[in-house]
Amino acid sequence: MFRRTLLAAAALAVASAGAALAQDPIKVGFVLVGPKNDGGWSQHHYESAKKMEAHFGDKVELVVQESVPEGADAERVMTQMALSGVDIVFTTSFGYMDGTINVGGKFPDVKFEHATGYKTAPNVSNYSARFYEGRAVMGHLAGRMTESNQIGYIASFPIPEVIRGINSSYIHAKKANPDVEMNVVWIFTWFDPAKEADATQALLDQGVDVVLAHTDSTAPLAKLQEAGALGFGQAADMAEYAPAPRISSIIDEWAPYYIERVQAVMDGTWESVSTWHGIKDGMVGIGEFSEVIPEDVRAEAQAMVDGIVAGTYHPFTGPLNKQDGTPWLAEGEVADDGALAGMDFYVEGISGDIPN
Amino acid sequence: MIRLEKRPEPSQNWALATPVLAVLATMVAGGIMFALLGKDPVEAIRTIFWDPLFHPDFAAFSRPQLLVKAGPLILIAIGLSLGFRAGVWNIGAEGQYIIGALCGAGVGLAFYPLEAFWIFPMMVIAGALGGWAWAMIPGILKTRFNTNEILVSLLLVYVAEQLMASMAVGLLRNPEGSGFPGSRNLQQYASAANNELIAGTGMHWGVVAALIAVIFAYILLNRHIMGFNIRLAGQAPRAAKFSGVKPARLILFCLGVSGALAGMAGLFEVAGPAGQITIDFNVGYGFTAIIVAFLGRLHPVGILLAGLLMALTYIGGELAQFMLGLPAAAIQAFQGMLLFFLLAGDVLTNFRIRLGRAEVA
Repeated sequence: MFRRTLLAAAALAVASAGAALAQDPIKVGFVLVGPKNDGGWSQHHYESAKKMEAHFGDKVELVVQESVPEGADAERVMTQMALSGVDIVFTTSFGYMDGTINVGGKFPDVKFEHATGYKTAPNVSNYSARFYEGRAVMGHLAGRMTESNQIGYIASFPIPEVIRGINSSYIHAKKANPDVEMNVVWIFTWFDPAKEADATQALLDQGVDVVLAHTDSTAPLAKLQEAGALGFGQAADMAEYAPAPRISSIIDEWAPYYIERVQAVMDGTWESVSTWHGIKDGMVGIGEFSEVIPEDVRAEAQAMVDGIVAGTYHPFTGPLNKQDGTPWLAEGEVADDGALAGMDFYVEGISGDIPN
Repeated sequence: MIRLEKRPEPSQNWALATPVLAVLATMVAGGIMFALLGKDPVEAIRTIFWDPLFHPDFAAFSRPQLLVKAGPLILIAIGLSLGFRAGVWNIGAEGQYIIGALCGAGVGLAFYPLEAFWIFPMMVIAGALGGWAWAMIPGILKTRFNTNEILVSLLLVYVAEQLMASMAVGLLRNPEGSGFPGSRNLQQYASAANNELIAGTGMHWGVVAALIAVIFAYILLNRHIMGFNIRLAGQAPRAAKFSGVKPARLILFCLGVSGALAGMAGLFEVAGPAGQITIDFNVGYGFTAIIVAFLGRLHPVGILLAGLLMALTYIGGELAQFMLGLPAAAIQAFQGMLLFFLLAGDVLTNFRIRLGRAEVA
């Protein structure tokens, strides 16, 4: 009890100090799970934070803590940030969810934004991106570009986000090329260049010639380059591997969201929200289609992007069955966000099991 | 000309002085590194060593956090130090910590949502047994087949990590977690939660266990025949053999105790500060504890102090990161310097510096 009153008192002191010095810059904290130059997930949050800082100039002060393990350490870092007078904290990893909710409860006047989770509180928002929209486009390209009719997918952890990506890719590869088969390799890491390269080699050995990856390093592309196969940029554009093996990419674009939310704190209009933005709102970027792709295929992919942006096309549109053949979506039916958020099954046609 | 001359016996004075010198040397060398990174070295050192204890805004929060961070380090390091003294090198405490957390959390979750006073004690026992069993693998392989316990225990860490990932997405996954990996949060399950015993102090059962372990280790090493055997086996293996010390039993004892303590540390962590089994629940306490054990000179009281010092550099290091913008890697380098200077200082414990020419004997 003592600790709570103590923290509450500290929070109050921080808040009143903030009100008294309204001219002060807004202090924005970022908690990163990896190093800020990891080349993938954390780097994109960091770069987006820097863009946000550049956008506001002196009006914001940015504090960043990198390589923060999930769990008790993250809670301590968030608490210390709140105690140091930060106005809004972005916690950018799924595993920070419970910690963010806990610390948010102790500092009601500090705003928290948690990435890729599902819990909210009066001062805790969550935000994520509809990467499956980008996956649909990549899946279509993969289906069209494969010559062996074998495509591969390097998956990290069996969580809804990753499973959505696999399903979305497969559905659209299959639509583009009914003969296509997809091999999924689970490597249980987000970032491990050696493992990612091994997984790529394993897929190549099975006759795969287009590989999609849901891991963050460029190792798969380096391997594909040696083998003369094709792949995609993930999280970053990875344009250094264009025009081949990288034929397009899914890019994480957090900066517009960060600017919007920090602006809301400045204006006093910040409210707790659950945000799930896609290509339309600019949170998911589609990297340039390289010249290796035939012109008509490029046009098809662009048409899909346009349809998603216009809202005329949803990547999960029926008829779709689950892997075991039970019906999921009827003809023309569109998956609702609830079903997508907790997706834990493959769609019909994918072989193998989701590990558990 | 400077020569090193081996001392007939390690110097007691230097053995006590080197940790202090190592800390001072780390401050100087670290200060130079921070200055090269364009930060004010004095402010950086102050942020790391002083602010967590005395800063008006943070200290009330970060002082108890020292105990939270030091608790598992001390508990694991005490266990490791017994083996290290006897020449039994358990490098895999991280794995034993993971398995302890898995077993303990598994027992707790098996009874969810039953509320009963005996659930938490059972979890502690399960955690200790889990860590013990994981340490017995290198132990039995060593005593039966003479395998190298360094390699086996280290490699079992990676096995434990895979097992944990599998548990987090499978058997122990929270059924109400919307398909996300990770177990239920034990903090929200009163009978299984390892909460602070007195709010605001950071004192949870793991910290209590660490203090008890320090006392027991002290008594064991100074008053008990097993402690004598451990020290003898480390200092004079041949003499130990003649005096009837059974090496196999000693190896199993040291690995078993260190495994059980690491397993308990894992359980206290998962039921308390961490709250849940996740894909990457472990944060390297098992490896850092090796540094703590040596920094504390393998002595129980030394380990207690070393654990607190290490916790201070972690928490102060975090403050320095976001207050001064120091990169995380610089903090890790800073911690590495500490071990480096300590080991370098050991030269003075075992050798004497002589000026002048070598005499021809």
